Amino acid sequence: MNALIEVNGVNKVFPVPGGQVVALQDINLTINQGEFVCLLGPSGCGKSTLLNAVAGFALPSSGAITVGGKAINAPGPDRGMVFQEYALFPWMTVAQNIAFGLEIKGAPRAQIDATVEKLLSMLGMTEFRGRFPKDLSGGMRQRVAIARVLALDSPVLLMDEPFGALDALTRRSLQDELLRIWQELGKTVIFVTHSIEESIYLADRIVVLTYRPGTVKRDIHVDMPRPRDSGSAAFNELKRELGRLVMEEQQRHEAAERAGLTTD
Amino acid sequence: MKKPKLKALAEGAAVPVVLLVLWQLVCSMGWVNEHVLPSPGAVAVRWWQYLAPLEPYDPKAGSWLAWAVSGELIIDSIGSLYRVLMGFLVGAVLALPLGLLMGAKPAVYRWFDPMIQVLRPIPPIAYIPLSILWFGLGNPPAIFLIAIGAFFPVLVNTIAGVRHVDGIYLRAARNLGASQSTIFRRVILPAATPYILSGVRIGIGTAFIVVIVAEMIAVSNGLGFRILEAREYFWSDKIIAGMLTIGLWGLAIDVGVSRLNNYLLRWHRGLEH
Ligand SMILES: Nc1ncnc2c1ncn2[C@@H]1O[C@H](COP(=O)(O)OP(=O)(O)OP(=O)(O)O)[C@@H](O)[C@H]1O
Ligand SMILES: [Mg+2]
Repeated sequence: MNALIEVNGVNKVFPVPGGQVVALQDINLTINQGEFVCLLGPSGCGKSTLLNAVAGFALPSSGAITVGGKAINAPGPDRGMVFQEYALFPWMTVAQNIAFGLEIKGAPRAQIDATVEKLLSMLGMTEFRGRFPKDLSGGMRQRVAIARVLALDSPVLLMDEPFGALDALTRRSLQDELLRIWQELGKTVIFVTHSIEESIYLADRIVVLTYRPGTVKRDIHVDMPRPRDSGSAAFNELKRELGRLVMEEQQRHEAAERAGLTTD
Repeated sequence: MKKPKLKALAEGAAVPVVLLVLWQLVCSMGWVNEHVLPSPGAVAVRWWQYLAPLEPYDPKAGSWLAWAVSGELIIDSIGSLYRVLMGFLVGAVLALPLGLLMGAKPAVYRWFDPMIQVLRPIPPIAYIPLSILWFGLGNPPAIFLIAIGAFFPVLVNTIAGVRHVDGIYLRAARNLGASQSTIFRRVILPAATPYILSGVRIGIGTAFIVVIVAEMIAVSNGLGFRILEAREYFWSDKIIAGMLTIGLWGLAIDVGVSRLNNYLLRWHRGLEH
Protein backbone atom coordinates (compact mmCIF):
# COMPACT_ATOMS: atom_id res chain seq x y z
CA MET A 1 0.00 0.00 0.00
CA ASN A 2 1.21 3.49 -0.64
CA ALA A 3 1.18 6.36 1.81
CA LEU A 4 -1.21 9.18 0.93
CA ILE A 5 -1.26 11.43 3.97
CA GLU A 6 1.89 12.14 5.94
CA VAL A 7 1.81 14.00 9.23
CA ASN A 8 5.36 14.75 10.33
CA GLY A 9 6.25 16.15 13.75
CA VAL A 10 3.15 18.32 13.93
CA ASN A 11 2.72 20.68 16.87
CA LYS A 12 -0.13 23.07 17.42
CA VAL A 13 -0.04 25.68 20.14
CA PHE A 14 -2.89 28.06 20.88
CA PRO A 15 -2.03 31.24 22.71
CA VAL A 16 -4.51 31.82 25.52
CA PRO A 17 -4.68 34.62 28.07
CA GLY A 18 -1.84 34.03 30.50
CA GLY A 19 -0.16 31.18 28.65
CA GLN A 20 -0.70 28.68 25.92
CA VAL A 21 -2.49 25.44 25.18
CA VAL A 22 -0.48 22.71 23.53
CA ALA A 23 -3.24 21.09 21.53
CA LEU A 24 -0.98 18.80 19.49
CA GLN A 25 2.54 17.68 20.24
CA ASP A 26 4.82 15.82 17.91
CA ILE A 27 2.16 13.96 15.97
CA ASN A 28 3.49 11.52 13.39
CA LEU A 29 1.08 9.56 11.25
CA THR A 30 1.23 7.89 7.88
CA ILE A 31 -2.13 7.12 6.36
CA ASN A 32 -2.31 4.86 3.36
CA GLN A 33 -4.35 5.30 0.26
CA GLY A 34 -7.79 3.80 0.84
CA GLU A 35 -7.46 3.54 4.60
CA PHE A 36 -10.31 4.32 7.01
CA VAL A 37 -8.77 5.93 10.10
CA CYS A 38 -10.65 6.99 13.22
CA LEU A 39 -9.25 9.60 15.58
CA LEU A 40 -10.53 8.73 19.04
CA GLY A 41 -10.22 10.54 22.34
CA PRO A 42 -12.05 12.51 24.97
CA SER A 43 -13.24 16.04 24.44
CA GLY A 44 -10.41 18.54 24.14
CA CYS A 45 -7.68 16.11 23.13
CA GLY A 46 -7.07 17.77 19.78
CA LYS A 47 -9.03 15.63 17.33
CA SER A 48 -10.58 18.59 15.55
CA THR A 49 -7.32 20.48 15.67
CA LEU A 50 -5.57 17.68 13.84
CA LEU A 51 -8.37 17.32 11.31
CA ASN A 52 -8.45 21.07 10.69
CA ALA A 53 -4.72 21.02 10.11
CA VAL A 54 -5.10 18.33 7.44
CA ALA A 55 -8.05 20.25 5.97
CA GLY A 56 -5.88 23.38 5.83
CA PHE A 57 -8.18 25.55 7.95
CA ALA A 58 -5.70 26.02 10.79
CA LEU A 59 -2.13 25.18 9.91
CA PRO A 60 0.20 23.55 12.45
CA SER A 61 2.52 25.73 14.53
CA SER A 62 5.37 23.51 13.39
CA GLY A 63 5.83 20.28 11.49
CA ALA A 64 4.46 19.39 8.08
CA ILE A 65 1.49 17.67 6.55
CA THR A 66 1.50 16.39 2.99
CA VAL A 67 -1.26 14.80 0.98
CA GLY A 68 -0.14 12.91 -2.08
CA GLY A 69 3.32 14.45 -1.59
CA LYS A 70 1.94 18.00 -1.69
CA ALA A 71 2.35 20.22 1.37
CA ILE A 72 -0.91 21.46 2.83
CA ASN A 73 -1.18 25.22 3.20
CA ALA A 74 -4.82 25.98 2.46
CA PRO A 75 -8.21 24.26 2.32
CA GLY A 76 -8.97 22.60 -0.97
CA PRO A 77 -11.44 20.37 -2.74
CA ASP A 78 -8.96 17.49 -2.77
CA ARG A 79 -9.81 17.08 0.94
CA GLY A 80 -13.58 17.15 1.30
CA MET A 81 -14.75 18.02 4.79
CA VAL A 82 -17.99 16.91 6.45
CA PHE A 83 -18.84 18.90 9.55
CA GLN A 84 -20.86 17.83 12.56
CA GLU A 85 -23.10 20.88 12.09
CA TYR A 86 -23.78 19.76 8.48
CA ALA A 87 -22.82 23.24 7.21
CA LEU A 88 -25.19 22.92 4.27
CA PHE A 89 -26.01 26.23 2.65
CA PRO A 90 -29.58 26.80 3.81
CA TRP A 91 -30.46 29.03 0.84
CA MET A 92 -29.58 26.30 -1.65
CA THR A 93 -31.73 23.28 -2.36
CA VAL A 94 -30.34 19.80 -1.93
CA ALA A 95 -29.38 19.65 -5.59
CA GLN A 96 -27.81 23.12 -5.53
CA ASN A 97 -25.77 22.25 -2.46
CA ILE A 98 -24.41 19.16 -4.16
CA ALA A 99 -23.73 21.05 -7.39
CA PHE A 100 -21.95 23.99 -5.73
CA GLY A 101 -18.46 22.50 -5.64
CA LEU A 102 -18.61 21.56 -9.32
CA GLU A 103 -19.89 25.00 -10.25
CA ILE A 104 -16.93 26.53 -8.44
CA LYS A 105 -14.68 24.25 -10.44
CA GLY A 106 -16.36 25.46 -13.63
CA ALA A 107 -17.57 22.06 -14.76
CA PRO A 108 -19.97 22.04 -17.72
CA ARG A 109 -23.67 22.07 -16.78
CA ALA A 110 -24.44 18.68 -18.26
CA GLN A 111 -21.69 17.06 -16.23
CA ILE A 112 -22.85 18.81 -13.06
CA ASP A 113 -26.41 17.64 -13.56
CA ALA A 114 -25.33 14.08 -14.26
CA THR A 115 -23.12 13.97 -11.16
CA VAL A 116 -25.87 15.40 -8.98
CA GLU A 117 -28.35 12.81 -10.28
CA LYS A 118 -25.90 10.00 -9.69
CA LEU A 119 -25.20 11.09 -6.11
CA LEU A 120 -28.86 11.68 -5.33
CA SER A 121 -29.71 8.14 -6.32
CA MET A 122 -26.61 6.71 -4.68
CA LEU A 123 -27.70 8.19 -1.34
CA GLY A 124 -31.41 7.54 -1.87
CA MET A 125 -32.36 11.21 -1.99
CA THR A 126 -33.79 11.61 -5.47
CA GLU A 127 -37.16 12.85 -4.27
CA PHE A 128 -35.51 15.40 -1.98
CA ARG A 129 -33.60 17.24 -4.68
CA GLY A 130 -35.71 20.40 -4.59
CA ARG A 131 -35.98 20.68 -0.80
CA PHE A 132 -34.20 23.19 1.35
CA PRO A 133 -32.04 21.88 4.21
CA LYS A 134 -34.45 23.18 6.84
CA ASP A 135 -37.03 20.68 5.60
CA LEU A 136 -34.72 17.68 6.02
CA SER A 137 -34.05 15.41 8.98
CA GLY A 138 -30.58 15.35 10.51
CA GLY A 139 -29.74 12.12 8.75
CA MET A 140 -30.80 13.50 5.37
CA ARG A 141 -28.81 16.67 5.92
CA GLN A 142 -25.70 14.68 6.62
CA ARG A 143 -26.29 12.60 3.49
CA VAL A 144 -26.40 15.83 1.48
CA ALA A 145 -23.22 17.02 3.16
CA ILE A 146 -21.52 13.77 2.19
CA ALA A 147 -22.85 14.00 -1.36
CA ARG A 148 -21.57 17.56 -1.57
CA VAL A 149 -17.98 16.48 -0.98
CA LEU A 150 -18.36 13.33 -3.06
CA ALA A 151 -19.36 15.50 -6.00
CA LEU A 152 -15.83 16.87 -6.07
CA ASP A 153 -14.44 13.37 -6.18
CA SER A 154 -11.87 14.26 -3.54
CA PRO A 155 -9.62 11.32 -2.76
CA VAL A 156 -9.64 12.24 0.94
CA LEU A 157 -12.72 12.60 3.16
CA LEU A 158 -12.32 14.41 6.46
CA MET A 159 -15.19 13.93 8.87
CA ASP A 160 -15.47 15.66 12.24
CA GLU A 161 -18.00 13.78 14.37
CA PRO A 162 -20.36 13.77 11.41
CA PHE A 163 -22.93 11.51 13.07
CA GLY A 164 -22.58 12.89 16.58
CA ALA A 165 -25.94 14.63 16.55
CA LEU A 166 -27.96 11.75 15.12
CA ASP A 167 -30.10 9.18 16.89
CA ALA A 168 -28.75 5.64 17.16
CA LEU A 169 -30.72 4.12 14.28
CA THR A 170 -30.05 6.92 11.81
CA ARG A 171 -26.46 6.84 12.88
CA ARG A 172 -26.12 3.15 12.13
CA SER A 173 -27.68 3.46 8.70
CA LEU A 174 -25.37 6.35 7.83
CA GLN A 175 -22.36 4.41 9.08
CA ASP A 176 -23.33 1.55 6.77
CA GLU A 177 -23.82 3.92 3.89
CA LEU A 178 -20.47 5.55 4.53
CA LEU A 179 -18.73 2.17 4.56
CA ARG A 180 -20.43 1.23 1.31
CA ILE A 181 -19.37 4.48 -0.33
CA TRP A 182 -15.85 4.19 1.01
CA GLN A 183 -15.46 0.68 -0.36
CA GLU A 184 -17.12 1.50 -3.66
CA LEU A 185 -15.17 4.68 -4.35
CA GLY A 186 -11.89 3.81 -2.67
CA LYS A 187 -11.66 6.97 -0.58
CA THR A 188 -9.20 7.62 2.19
CA VAL A 189 -11.13 8.64 5.29
CA ILE A 190 -10.12 10.38 8.50
CA PHE A 191 -13.07 10.19 10.83
CA VAL A 192 -13.16 11.94 14.21
CA THR A 193 -15.33 10.48 16.93
CA HIS A 194 -15.46 10.09 20.65
CA SER A 195 -17.62 7.00 20.38
CA ILE A 196 -15.58 3.85 20.92
CA GLU A 197 -18.30 1.67 19.33
CA GLU A 198 -18.42 3.84 16.26
CA SER A 199 -14.67 3.72 15.80
CA ILE A 200 -14.58 -0.08 16.04
CA TYR A 201 -17.56 -0.44 13.72
CA LEU A 202 -15.99 1.72 11.04
CA ALA A 203 -12.23 1.86 11.12
CA ASP A 204 -9.32 -0.05 9.65
CA ARG A 205 -7.24 1.74 12.18
CA ILE A 206 -7.98 3.62 15.40
CA VAL A 207 -5.64 6.37 16.57
CA VAL A 208 -6.18 7.20 20.24
CA LEU A 209 -5.01 10.65 21.28
CA THR A 210 -3.92 11.81 24.72
CA TYR A 211 -5.38 14.82 26.46
CA ARG A 212 -3.16 17.92 26.58
CA PRO A 213 -0.77 17.75 25.10
CA GLY A 214 -2.40 15.83 22.27
CA THR A 215 -0.08 13.01 21.29
CA VAL A 216 -0.67 9.63 19.72
CA LYS A 217 -1.36 7.28 22.63
CA ARG A 218 -2.07 4.15 20.63
CA ASP A 219 -2.42 3.24 16.99
CA ILE A 220 -4.52 0.10 16.67
CA HIS A 221 -5.26 -1.88 13.51
CA VAL A 222 -8.69 -3.47 13.43
CA ASP A 223 -8.72 -6.69 11.46
CA MET A 224 -12.32 -7.83 11.98
CA PRO A 225 -14.25 -8.54 8.78
CA ARG A 226 -17.13 -6.22 7.91
CA PRO A 227 -19.98 -5.86 8.66
CA ARG A 228 -18.81 -5.99 12.21
CA ASP A 229 -20.99 -7.49 14.89
CA SER A 230 -20.97 -5.39 18.02
CA GLY A 231 -22.00 -8.48 19.98
CA SER A 232 -18.94 -10.51 18.97
CA ALA A 233 -16.17 -11.40 21.41
CA ALA A 234 -13.45 -9.69 19.40
CA PHE A 235 -15.51 -6.50 19.16
CA ASN A 236 -16.04 -6.42 22.89
CA GLU A 237 -12.49 -7.19 23.75
CA LEU A 238 -11.32 -4.28 21.65
CA LYS A 239 -14.04 -2.13 23.13
CA ARG A 240 -12.78 -2.88 26.64
CA GLU A 241 -9.22 -2.14 25.65
CA LEU A 242 -10.13 1.15 24.01
CA GLY A 243 -12.43 2.03 26.89
CA ARG A 244 -9.53 1.70 29.27
CA LEU A 245 -7.25 3.88 27.10
CA VAL A 246 -9.82 6.60 26.54
CA MET A 247 -10.86 6.60 30.19
CA GLU A 248 -7.30 7.30 31.30
CA GLU A 249 -7.35 10.42 29.13
CA GLN A 250 -10.85 11.33 30.22
CA GLN A 251 -9.64 11.29 33.81
CA ARG A 252 -6.76 13.59 32.96
CA HIS A 253 -9.28 15.86 31.30
CA GLU A 254 -11.45 15.88 34.40
CA ALA A 255 -8.47 16.45 36.68
CA ALA A 256 -7.49 19.43 34.54
CA GLU A 257 -11.05 20.66 34.75
CA ARG A 258 -11.06 20.43 38.52
CA ALA A 259 -7.75 22.28 38.64
CA GLY A 260 -9.52 25.03 36.70
CA LEU A 261 -7.26 24.74 33.70
CA THR A 262 -10.00 24.34 31.17
CA THR A 263 -13.68 24.65 30.61
CA ASP A 264 -14.16 22.19 27.78
CA MET B 1 -59.57 25.79 7.96
CA LYS B 2 -62.52 28.03 7.15
CA LYS B 3 -64.10 28.27 10.56
CA PRO B 4 -61.08 29.52 12.55
CA LYS B 5 -60.51 32.12 9.84
CA LEU B 6 -64.05 33.44 10.19
CA LYS B 7 -63.69 33.42 13.94
CA ALA B 8 -60.43 35.37 13.76
CA LEU B 9 -62.10 37.87 11.45
CA ALA B 10 -64.99 38.30 13.86
CA GLU B 11 -62.62 38.73 16.80
CA GLY B 12 -60.54 41.27 14.94
CA ALA B 13 -63.59 43.22 13.85
CA ALA B 14 -65.24 43.40 17.28
CA VAL B 15 -63.18 46.23 18.77
CA PRO B 16 -63.35 48.50 15.69
CA VAL B 17 -67.10 47.96 15.39
CA VAL B 18 -67.67 48.87 19.04
CA LEU B 19 -65.50 51.96 18.65
CA LEU B 20 -67.34 52.99 15.47
CA VAL B 21 -70.70 52.63 17.22
CA LEU B 22 -69.49 54.68 20.18
CA TRP B 23 -68.06 57.30 17.85
CA GLN B 24 -71.31 57.52 15.89
CA LEU B 25 -73.24 57.73 19.16
CA VAL B 26 -71.12 60.58 20.49
CA CYS B 27 -71.68 62.48 17.23
CA SER B 28 -75.42 61.76 16.91
CA MET B 29 -76.03 62.92 20.47
CA GLY B 30 -74.40 66.21 19.58
CA TRP B 31 -71.85 65.93 22.40
CA VAL B 32 -69.01 67.22 20.23
CA ASN B 33 -68.68 69.93 17.62
CA GLU B 34 -68.80 68.32 14.18
CA HIS B 35 -65.77 70.35 13.07
CA VAL B 36 -63.76 68.81 15.88
CA LEU B 37 -64.98 65.28 15.40
CA PRO B 38 -67.12 64.49 12.37
CA SER B 39 -69.26 61.37 12.48
CA PRO B 40 -68.03 58.12 10.89
CA GLY B 41 -70.80 58.46 8.33
CA ALA B 42 -69.59 61.89 7.31
CA VAL B 43 -66.03 60.58 7.01
CA ALA B 44 -67.22 57.71 4.83
CA VAL B 45 -69.13 60.05 2.55
CA ARG B 46 -66.14 62.36 2.33
CA TRP B 47 -63.83 59.47 1.62
CA TRP B 48 -66.05 58.39 -1.27
CA GLN B 49 -66.11 61.92 -2.69
CA TYR B 50 -62.36 62.09 -2.32
CA LEU B 51 -62.01 58.81 -4.21
CA ALA B 52 -64.56 59.45 -6.94
CA PRO B 53 -63.70 61.33 -10.16
CA LEU B 54 -64.30 65.07 -10.01
CA GLU B 55 -66.04 65.36 -13.41
CA PRO B 56 -68.89 63.18 -14.70
CA TYR B 57 -67.81 60.61 -17.27
CA ASP B 58 -67.42 62.08 -20.75
CA PRO B 59 -66.48 59.52 -23.48
CA LYS B 60 -65.01 62.30 -25.65
CA ALA B 61 -62.48 63.36 -23.00
CA GLY B 62 -60.68 60.02 -22.84
CA SER B 63 -60.91 56.39 -21.85
CA TRP B 64 -63.15 55.12 -19.09
CA LEU B 65 -60.20 53.86 -17.08
CA ALA B 66 -58.48 57.24 -17.12
CA TRP B 67 -61.69 58.79 -15.90
CA ALA B 68 -62.16 56.19 -13.16
CA VAL B 69 -58.76 56.96 -11.67
CA SER B 70 -59.01 60.71 -12.01
CA GLY B 71 -60.22 61.12 -8.40
CA GLU B 72 -58.15 63.28 -6.10
CA LEU B 73 -57.41 60.43 -3.71
CA ILE B 74 -55.98 58.31 -6.48
CA ILE B 75 -53.85 61.11 -7.87
CA ASP B 76 -52.59 61.86 -4.35
CA SER B 77 -51.87 58.21 -3.66
CA ILE B 78 -49.92 57.82 -6.88
CA GLY B 79 -47.92 60.93 -6.04
CA SER B 80 -47.08 59.71 -2.55
CA LEU B 81 -46.24 56.17 -3.61
CA TYR B 82 -44.05 57.43 -6.42
CA ARG B 83 -42.04 59.51 -3.96
CA VAL B 84 -41.75 56.60 -1.53
CA LEU B 85 -40.53 54.33 -4.29
CA MET B 86 -38.03 56.78 -5.77
CA GLY B 87 -36.73 57.91 -2.39
CA PHE B 88 -36.42 54.36 -1.16
CA LEU B 89 -34.61 53.26 -4.31
CA VAL B 90 -32.12 56.12 -4.10
CA GLY B 91 -31.47 55.42 -0.42
CA ALA B 92 -31.23 51.66 -0.78
CA VAL B 93 -29.09 51.74 -3.92
CA LEU B 94 -26.56 53.85 -2.05
CA ALA B 95 -26.80 51.95 1.24
CA LEU B 96 -26.56 48.41 -0.08
CA PRO B 97 -23.10 48.49 -1.68
CA LEU B 98 -21.70 50.64 1.10
CA GLY B 99 -23.14 48.26 3.70
CA LEU B 100 -21.74 45.22 1.91
CA LEU B 101 -18.32 46.81 1.71
CA MET B 102 -18.36 47.97 5.31
CA GLY B 103 -19.49 44.56 6.48
CA ALA B 104 -16.89 42.68 4.47
CA LYS B 105 -13.87 44.98 4.79
CA PRO B 106 -12.85 46.06 8.27
CA ALA B 107 -10.79 48.92 6.83
CA VAL B 108 -13.79 50.38 5.03
CA TYR B 109 -15.78 49.96 8.21
CA ARG B 110 -13.22 51.93 10.17
CA TRP B 111 -13.27 54.78 7.63
CA PHE B 112 -17.01 55.20 7.48
CA ASP B 113 -18.38 54.06 10.82
CA PRO B 114 -17.59 57.16 12.91
CA MET B 115 -19.21 59.45 10.37
CA ILE B 116 -22.26 57.23 10.14
CA GLN B 117 -22.61 57.09 13.90
CA VAL B 118 -22.78 60.89 13.93
CA LEU B 119 -25.18 61.25 10.99
CA ARG B 120 -27.51 58.40 11.82
CA PRO B 121 -29.24 59.94 14.85
CA ILE B 122 -30.23 63.04 12.86
CA PRO B 123 -33.92 62.49 12.04
CA PRO B 124 -34.72 62.95 8.34
CA ILE B 125 -37.13 65.71 9.36
CA ALA B 126 -34.16 67.77 10.51
CA TYR B 127 -32.92 67.83 6.93
CA ILE B 128 -36.01 69.71 5.75
CA PRO B 129 -34.53 73.22 5.81
CA LEU B 130 -31.39 72.05 4.08
CA SER B 131 -33.32 70.03 1.53
CA ILE B 132 -35.36 73.09 0.52
CA LEU B 133 -32.24 75.23 0.32
CA TRP B 134 -30.55 72.68 -1.88
CA PHE B 135 -33.42 71.41 -3.99
CA GLY B 136 -36.13 74.06 -3.79
CA LEU B 137 -39.71 72.81 -3.75
CA GLY B 138 -41.37 69.84 -5.43
CA ASN B 139 -40.33 66.23 -5.74
CA PRO B 140 -36.52 66.56 -5.43
CA PRO B 141 -36.40 67.66 -1.78
CA ALA B 142 -39.07 65.09 -0.89
CA ILE B 143 -37.13 62.29 -2.53
CA PHE B 144 -33.96 63.50 -0.85
CA LEU B 145 -35.60 63.34 2.58
CA ILE B 146 -37.12 59.92 1.95
CA ALA B 147 -33.80 58.61 0.67
CA ILE B 148 -32.15 59.69 3.91
CA GLY B 149 -34.89 57.98 5.89
CA ALA B 150 -34.44 54.72 3.96
CA PHE B 151 -30.64 54.86 3.76
CA PHE B 152 -29.68 54.22 7.37
CA PRO B 153 -31.88 51.22 8.18
CA VAL B 154 -30.76 49.46 5.00
CA LEU B 155 -27.11 50.35 5.67
CA VAL B 156 -27.03 49.29 9.30
CA ASN B 157 -28.81 46.01 8.64
CA THR B 158 -26.66 45.17 5.65
CA ILE B 159 -23.51 45.68 7.72
CA ALA B 160 -24.91 43.51 10.51
CA GLY B 161 -25.98 40.84 8.02
CA VAL B 162 -22.54 40.54 6.46
CA ARG B 163 -20.81 40.52 9.82
CA HIS B 164 -23.05 37.85 11.26
CA VAL B 165 -22.50 35.26 8.55
CA ASP B 166 -21.79 32.00 10.35
CA GLY B 167 -18.13 31.04 9.96
CA ILE B 168 -19.08 27.43 9.25
CA TYR B 169 -20.49 28.45 5.84
CA LEU B 170 -17.30 30.25 4.97
CA ARG B 171 -15.25 27.22 5.96
CA ALA B 172 -17.48 24.89 3.96
CA ALA B 173 -17.19 27.14 0.91
CA ARG B 174 -13.41 27.42 1.21
CA ASN B 175 -13.23 23.66 1.53
CA LEU B 176 -15.12 23.34 -1.75
CA GLY B 177 -12.51 25.56 -3.35
CA ALA B 178 -14.49 28.81 -3.57
CA SER B 179 -12.60 32.01 -4.34
CA GLN B 180 -13.15 35.19 -2.33
CA SER B 181 -15.49 36.61 -4.95
CA THR B 182 -17.51 33.40 -5.18
CA ILE B 183 -17.79 33.30 -1.40
CA PHE B 184 -19.01 36.87 -1.43
CA ARG B 185 -21.63 36.35 -4.12
CA ARG B 186 -22.88 32.90 -3.29
CA VAL B 187 -22.38 32.66 0.47
CA ILE B 188 -22.10 36.03 2.21
CA LEU B 189 -24.76 37.76 0.14
CA PRO B 190 -27.49 35.12 0.52
CA ALA B 191 -26.56 34.49 4.15
CA ALA B 192 -27.03 38.21 4.81
CA THR B 193 -30.39 38.54 3.05
CA PRO B 194 -32.55 38.02 6.15
CA TYR B 195 -30.87 41.03 7.73
CA ILE B 196 -30.89 43.05 4.52
CA LEU B 197 -34.58 42.42 3.99
CA SER B 198 -35.45 43.42 7.51
CA GLY B 199 -33.52 46.63 6.79
CA VAL B 200 -35.59 47.05 3.64
CA ARG B 201 -38.76 46.64 5.61
CA ILE B 202 -37.77 49.22 8.20
CA GLY B 203 -36.47 51.50 5.44
CA ILE B 204 -39.76 51.42 3.54
CA GLY B 205 -41.64 52.08 6.77
CA THR B 206 -39.46 55.10 7.44
CA ALA B 207 -39.84 56.27 3.85
CA PHE B 208 -43.58 56.18 4.27
CA ILE B 209 -43.44 58.32 7.41
CA VAL B 210 -41.08 60.80 5.81
CA VAL B 211 -43.13 61.16 2.62
CA ILE B 212 -46.12 62.46 4.60
CA VAL B 213 -43.99 65.03 6.38
CA ALA B 214 -42.20 66.04 3.19
CA GLU B 215 -45.48 66.58 1.39
CA MET B 216 -46.70 68.83 4.17
CA ILE B 217 -43.80 71.12 3.48
CA ALA B 218 -42.36 70.83 0.01
CA VAL B 219 -45.05 69.67 -2.45
CA SER B 220 -48.60 70.55 -3.36
CA ASN B 221 -50.15 67.15 -3.87
CA GLY B 222 -49.97 63.78 -2.20
CA LEU B 223 -51.68 62.41 0.87
CA GLY B 224 -49.62 64.46 3.32
CA PHE B 225 -50.31 67.69 1.46
CA ARG B 226 -54.02 66.89 1.27
CA ILE B 227 -54.64 66.46 4.97
CA LEU B 228 -52.78 69.67 5.74
CA GLU B 229 -54.79 71.47 3.07
CA ALA B 230 -58.03 70.08 4.53
CA ARG B 231 -57.11 71.55 7.90
CA GLU B 232 -57.01 75.04 6.40
CA TYR B 233 -60.66 74.63 5.36
CA PHE B 234 -61.65 72.98 8.66
CA TRP B 235 -62.59 69.82 6.71
CA SER B 236 -61.99 67.48 9.59
CA ASP B 237 -63.88 64.69 7.79
CA LYS B 238 -61.40 64.95 4.92
CA ILE B 239 -58.46 64.98 7.33
CA ILE B 240 -59.63 61.72 8.83
CA ALA B 241 -60.43 60.22 5.42
CA GLY B 242 -56.88 61.11 4.33
CA MET B 243 -55.37 59.63 7.47
CA LEU B 244 -57.26 56.38 6.97
CA THR B 245 -56.00 56.25 3.40
CA ILE B 246 -52.45 56.72 4.63
CA GLY B 247 -52.97 53.91 7.13
CA LEU B 248 -54.36 51.56 4.47
CA TRP B 249 -51.46 52.22 2.11
CA GLY B 250 -48.99 51.70 4.92
CA LEU B 251 -50.63 48.37 5.69
CA ALA B 252 -50.69 47.37 2.02
CA ILE B 253 -46.99 48.17 1.63
CA ASP B 254 -46.06 46.23 4.72
CA VAL B 255 -48.08 43.21 3.66
CA GLY B 256 -46.48 43.38 0.21
CA VAL B 257 -42.95 43.60 1.59
CA SER B 258 -43.62 40.82 4.03
CA ARG B 259 -44.95 38.58 1.23
CA LEU B 260 -41.79 39.31 -0.73
CA ASN B 261 -39.73 38.47 2.37
CA ASN B 262 -41.49 35.17 2.80
CA TYR B 263 -40.84 34.30 -0.81
CA LEU B 264 -37.18 35.33 -0.84
CA LEU B 265 -36.54 33.70 2.52
CA ARG B 266 -38.48 30.51 1.88
CA TRP B 267 -35.31 28.62 2.73
CA HIS B 268 -34.95 30.31 6.09
CA ARG B 269 -35.41 28.29 9.24
CA GLY B 270 -37.13 31.13 11.06
CA LEU B 271 -40.05 30.84 8.65
CA GLU B 272 -40.94 27.23 9.32
CA HIS B 273 -44.64 26.82 9.93
N1 LIG C 1 -8.81 28.57 18.88
C1 LIG C 1 -8.40 28.03 20.04
N2 LIG C 1 -7.84 28.81 20.99
C2 LIG C 1 -7.42 28.27 22.16
N3 LIG C 1 -7.52 26.98 22.47
C3 LIG C 1 -8.05 26.15 21.57
C4 LIG C 1 -8.54 26.64 20.30
N4 LIG C 1 -9.03 25.59 19.60
C5 LIG C 1 -8.86 24.51 20.40
N5 LIG C 1 -8.28 24.84 21.57
C6 LIG C 1 -7.91 23.92 22.64
O1 LIG C 1 -7.16 22.88 22.08
C7 LIG C 1 -7.55 21.64 22.62
C8 LIG C 1 -7.96 20.70 21.51
O2 LIG C 1 -9.18 21.17 20.94
P1 LIG C 1 -10.00 20.35 19.85
O3 LIG C 1 -11.14 21.17 19.45
O4 LIG C 1 -9.07 19.90 18.79
O5 LIG C 1 -10.48 19.11 20.71
P2 LIG C 1 -11.41 17.91 20.24
O6 LIG C 1 -10.65 16.67 20.53
O7 LIG C 1 -11.91 18.11 18.88
O8 LIG C 1 -12.60 18.01 21.29
P3 LIG C 1 -14.17 17.76 21.06
O9 LIG C 1 -14.39 16.31 21.18
O10 LIG C 1 -14.77 18.51 22.22
O11 LIG C 1 -14.54 18.34 19.74
C9 LIG C 1 -8.66 21.90 23.59
O12 LIG C 1 -8.14 21.81 24.88
C10 LIG C 1 -9.11 23.29 23.27
O13 LIG C 1 -9.47 23.96 24.45
MG1 LIG D 1 -13.84 18.54 18.00
